[in-house]
Amino acid sequence: MELDKQFLLGIYEKMVRIRKFELKVEELHTQSILPGLKHLYIGEEAVAVGVTSCLRDDDYIGSTHRGHGHLIAKGGDMKLMMAELYGKKTGYCKGKGGSMHIADFNLGILGANGIVAANIPIVGGAALSIKMRGTNQVAVSFFGDGGANEGLFHEGANLASVWKLPAIFVCENNQYAISTSQLKATAIPDIAQRAKAYDIPGHLVDGMDVLAVYNAAKKAVKRAREGEGPSLIECKTYRFRGHYVGEGSRTFTYRSKTDLKKWQERCPITRFGDILLREGFLTDDVIDDINRKIDEKIDEAVRFADESPYPAPENALEDLFVEEGTS
Amino acid sequence: MRQITYGEAAIEAITEEMEKDKGIFYMGEDVGRFGGGYGNTKGLWEKFGDERVRDTPMAEAAIIGFALGAAVTGMRPIAEIMFCDLLCLAMDQIVNQVAKIHYMFGGKVKVPLVIRVPFGGLRRAAAQHSQHLEAWFLHTPGLKIVVPSTPRDVKGLLKSAIREDNPIMCLEHILLYQRKGKVPEGNYTTPIGKAEVKREGKDITVISYSLMLHRCLSVAEKLSKEGIEVEVIDVRSLYPLDMETIAASVKKTNKVAIVHQASLTGGVGAEVGMRITETVFDYLDAPVKRIAAQDVPVPFSPILEDFVVPTEGRIEGQIKRML
Repeated sequence: MELDKQFLLGIYEKMVRIRKFELKVEELHTQSILPGLKHLYIGEEAVAVGVTSCLRDDDYIGSTHRGHGHLIAKGGDMKLMMAELYGKKTGYCKGKGGSMHIADFNLGILGANGIVAANIPIVGGAALSIKMRGTNQVAVSFFGDGGANEGLFHEGANLASVWKLPAIFVCENNQYAISTSQLKATAIPDIAQRAKAYDIPGHLVDGMDVLAVYNAAKKAVKRAREGEGPSLIECKTYRFRGHYVGEGSRTFTYRSKTDLKKWQERCPITRFGDILLREGFLTDDVIDDINRKIDEKIDEAVRFADESPYPAPENALEDLFVEEGTS
Repeated sequence: MRQITYGEAAIEAITEEMEKDKGIFYMGEDVGRFGGGYGNTKGLWEKFGDERVRDTPMAEAAIIGFALGAAVTGMRPIAEIMFCDLLCLAMDQIVNQVAKIHYMFGGKVKVPLVIRVPFGGLRRAAAQHSQHLEAWFLHTPGLKIVVPSTPRDVKGLLKSAIREDNPIMCLEHILLYQRKGKVPEGNYTTPIGKAEVKREGKDITVISYSLMLHRCLSVAEKLSKEGIEVEVIDVRSLYPLDMETIAASVKKTNKVAIVHQASLTGGVGAEVGMRITETVFDYLDAPVKRIAAQDVPVPFSPILEDFVVPTEGRIEGQIKRML
């Protein structure tokens, strides 16, 4: 393998970190410890990790309602994330955002976003800002097959191309917009085909293969940094859970157990782990070690969130505006 | 003092601020070489070029979204939406994104963004190019809204808005662009959230803004010849609303009417009127009156539109009935 061993282990570790974080969120939500809505990234880890592994710390990402994976992949702090999911004062947004609205501008995370496709123009604007400031960063927008059918996608991709902005549009096609199959909702089989309409490269990749995602993203990042403009990457993937935690057996009103099983057999973590085992980069002992360390980190995040104070009710009235003279 | 038009004053504000701060740029439809739909960006492109005065596609959601993305990553954009009516095409980006990002992310990001919106009926432009939708945004926590009525204030309020780190909508009546008024030379700002008593009077308070303010001032002038002294307040900002100035006036006159060109139901008048009853009810000698456009889409034919929008005659009649 051409890639550095530590780099590959880092990719593996990040995917496991996302998986375990999400499993913990699912557990806590099911126990009614976490309020609100949760959309889990389980099954799609290769997309976030493959893409962000090409990015610098100062690059931007825009995320979705299913955002935990993107945030962790970009370096988000699991303690602050978990505290936010608990609605605690110590959370990323002081409890004002919750699962669908976590941001960390210091890490280039422009925010998860509860409105489908809404981060696309915002990321486009970040890319415009990069170009105007001449900083050589890139800006990545994650969205789903559902988001690709919003007008915002068209407006954003077109303008980013017209202005040759360093934007990368990553469609994580998990094949269902809530319960509606892409086959019923999209006129073409591959969203990557849409790239032609914007005169930009369109990459179609196996979203369960982290290295395939990485390789496509690398090309897109290179093109963006060189001032050549945006790219579209479609990653075919699958969510192993319902649209949200609590969908339960209704998940099988729109997809079959057989399909789910088939996709689970292509689990991006197991698959990549097997490659690393085969290459001798990973051993069962190392896997155990990685698992143990991540479990500890997640326990620590839960403990931090659990022990953190709630905001005072009247804190709800703060942060509406930047107070004049404070900036 | 020199007299310049409202449109010229607005351009002066933007030019002066853009000269001072390289982070400021302007984007919108036909704002470049063409000079804006109403000449309202005339000269900007010649001075600042393609990079800082950007013609966009007809993509209102992208205009606002791109401006927002630039605002949260170090720039200070001014985004123009050519007609108030077209804000409908950008509602998600304004209401769900621009207005909420600072709060939703726990106050950790600032949004130095000005949304400049020409608006206004009485141009015989019919139902989709004449609306006054300011109440929608007043109903959206997280946005500041200014509605300048004079050349002096459009310049001063735009300068304040451009310098502030919060998202601010500036609604400019298209029929005011050619109207001249006194504008001081040099650097000044008009504070956001401060109303101005345009004319003092003891008999009744009339609160208005934008084009309708001028109708109210004409009516006040006329009534003064009949011995009726109308106090006219230009609210200038809808959010924050200067209740202090409004309350002080109502305490003095004990009667109040709110006049706007937007339709009646759920309008700014409802909010201002209710605030008055909540705060200075004991001083009122008559029910608060709203004088607003009728609750129909704005019709095309001049005879129909003139019937729908408050005319000076209607404003005068309603005021007299309250005395």
